[in-house]
Amino acid sequence: MAIPISYNVRNILHRPAATLTTALGIAFTVAILIGALALASGFQAALLETGSDDNLLLMRKGADGEISSGVTRDAANIIRALPDVATGEGGRPLASAEVVVLTNKPRLGQPGTSNLTVRGVDPEALKFRSRVRIVEGRMFEPGAAEIIVGRRIAKRFADCRIGDKMRFGQQDFTVVGHFEAGGSSFESEIWGDNKVLMPVFRGDVFQSVTFRMKNPARFAALKRELEADPRLGVDVHREREFYNDQAGLLATTIRIAGVFIVIIMAVGAIFGAMNTMFAAVSARTREISTLLILGFSPLAVMLSFMLESLFLALLGGALGCLIALPINGIVTSTTNFSSFSEVAFAFRVTPLAMGVGLVFAAMMGVVGGFLPSLHAARQPLAQSVREL
Amino acid sequence: MQILLALVALIAVFGLAWALLWAVGWGLRRLLGRTTVSPLTFLFVGLTRNWIRTVLTVMSVAAALFLYVALGGVLDTLKGAIQVGSEQRLITRNGISLVFPLPIAYRERIAAVPGVQTVSCSNWFGGQDPNDPHNFYAQFAVDAATYFPMYAKDVEFVEASKPQVQVALAPGVDPALAAFMSEQTACVVGVKLMKKMGWKLGQTVTVKGTIYPGNWPFTIRAVYRAKVKSMREETMFFHWQYLNQMGMGGQSFVGVYHLALSQPERAADIAMQVDAMFENSSAATHTETERAFEAGFVSMYGNIPFVLRIIGLAVVFAILLVAANTMLMSFRERTTEFGVLKTLGYSDGTVFAIVLAEAAVITLGGGLLGALLAKSLVQKFDLAVLPPMRVDWSTVYGGVGVAVLLGAVSALIPAWQAMKLRIVDALRRV
Repeated sequence: MAIPISYNVRNILHRPAATLTTALGIAFTVAILIGALALASGFQAALLETGSDDNLLLMRKGADGEISSGVTRDAANIIRALPDVATGEGGRPLASAEVVVLTNKPRLGQPGTSNLTVRGVDPEALKFRSRVRIVEGRMFEPGAAEIIVGRRIAKRFADCRIGDKMRFGQQDFTVVGHFEAGGSSFESEIWGDNKVLMPVFRGDVFQSVTFRMKNPARFAALKRELEADPRLGVDVHREREFYNDQAGLLATTIRIAGVFIVIIMAVGAIFGAMNTMFAAVSARTREISTLLILGFSPLAVMLSFMLESLFLALLGGALGCLIALPINGIVTSTTNFSSFSEVAFAFRVTPLAMGVGLVFAAMMGVVGGFLPSLHAARQPLAQSVREL
Repeated sequence: MQILLALVALIAVFGLAWALLWAVGWGLRRLLGRTTVSPLTFLFVGLTRNWIRTVLTVMSVAAALFLYVALGGVLDTLKGAIQVGSEQRLITRNGISLVFPLPIAYRERIAAVPGVQTVSCSNWFGGQDPNDPHNFYAQFAVDAATYFPMYAKDVEFVEASKPQVQVALAPGVDPALAAFMSEQTACVVGVKLMKKMGWKLGQTVTVKGTIYPGNWPFTIRAVYRAKVKSMREETMFFHWQYLNQMGMGGQSFVGVYHLALSQPERAADIAMQVDAMFENSSAATHTETERAFEAGFVSMYGNIPFVLRIIGLAVVFAILLVAANTMLMSFRERTTEFGVLKTLGYSDGTVFAIVLAEAAVITLGGGLLGALLAKSLVQKFDLAVLPPMRVDWSTVYGGVGVAVLLGAVSALIPAWQAMKLRIVDALRRV
């Protein structure tokens, strides 16, 4: 027969100080785990949401990012005229040949500088990237030396306020607006008209061409055709996949580092939990002997203490989730070394991360509770009762 | 090996401490000629009373301190990374950002600036391992005849092929580079990269270009070792001229210029002079010391150091809880014993000291174990994007200090309770 669970619950509540300190030790471990996962998924989400599955991104063959790519004006024109490109109002192709460069800017409120992406786009770019929306100021005028700045970097870098001027080459560009893009990495970029930006930067070459597919189902065939076209010399990526790949390296690094940190922390927390459980067992020697004499099997006693340890750990896990929750939405930024430029993103505490945290807490409870429970079940009866 | 040594040292220290405690206790007993037990013996008895708990607590403190010091090591590495690089040399890059090149024509004009001794140039090649694109290492195309003399004090060549033909070397070029200098497709590789890739001297290796498309074969003609921290040992160098002909169609773009100065004390002046010269030309420049240039890469990590600090704090707080919990439990169980001690005539102060000392030994032991383990293990890591990992001794001391402080803080409440304990209350519980 099993020992009632209420016995364990009461036991836990009987020692509030020990319970709370042990649970908090576990809670901090779980909170760090959730924090690391939230950092990684926030970063990944920022990049993932940048792309759309219906858009194709074309770069020069072999280029591993837009910065190292180059697409000629001729190739860009051929691509724009493809029958597979969706068209907008007035039959204009929903395509954007883009100039992508980096500019080095000082951070505000923090020492040092970082690279920001400057993107020269076709006016059509906004039509098939529907999430891009001006939140302050106005859109840049085509043909004018004007730029708009992503909301997330506007407050983090110098020269990004509306009315500020940025100098590229020998030309001053005025910041006329701030835009949002649904939290994607576009929000960490500076956009302007490609016709104005191109001559300032690299001369007659685009870095990438993005277009909306008329029929997304034709992706595989289209990819084959375009990559085989000797006039273009491009690799074809789904926009979403491309940005996901860009996130892969850093997100994986954060996850691995986070798990590494957490495993060591967990070792410490497990030792702490073992201490508490050993103390719980030794303080209750008489009770346990009594239970055994009453006829509860050693296995039932062991299970009962394992359960107690599990409760304790889950309590800690739940506390850890609570501690980690407030970091949800905090914006931080770092350089994505895949694109060599700054990406600002928000921590994302996902239900999955919290689930992982709870499962991890439960594991800590089971591992930490095993030896003390075994100890409890193997109580030398005669001796314990004699001590009464 | 280092870990083993650290462990042996640790065990030795513990053994010695134990022996010392025991000897002092024994000596005191003899000296005083009494049968009373010295406080130090109580410390020993207290620690061995429930050895499982002592070991568990020491281990949990050790785990936490390992993390604390390891994270501190990452911060040390980042901090160290902004202090590498010479302040005697300048780097001139495109004013907009590093990804834009500069024209080769600037070279002569920079060289003409008073105080500039020699000018060399390098380009980031940005190639990939064709077998595994994620296996990152850096490649630079450099103007070898000026670059290697400029960095002669920073690298030494440990292996080199014999030259096929005798060539006249430019002044200052290490004779070990004779074979490299006489071959267009040759490259020089760092010892760590050789080891990581399993390459051999004389082998031809392929790099897949991303900025300069195609597969690029290079023959390894020399292997270098770094003599200063700023020089990474995971880098490949090859001829800028070759890149110019094969990759840029002779357009002669330069990534950055390296400036060696004859008057290093005027570095700031010279940097301003260079930038002023190109302010209104097609490509404005940005000139800074090599150290500032390297520091620029570290500042790209943005908030990461801050995040590490937060984690470190959380870890410390978690140890505090674990340690405090153990102390509380351990002393609560011993209330009666303290009552007996006091009955026998031990002063309040002695009881207070016994409790504090026990906590200090546990946290000091765990702290030392964790911190030294972190020091010896973390330094073995080498991330391609950072200079080699290091842990400063100050971080180790700091960590151990934190551990002892935590021990003291967490023992304070039980120690206070033990001190204030009234004999009547203590013995009533029996």
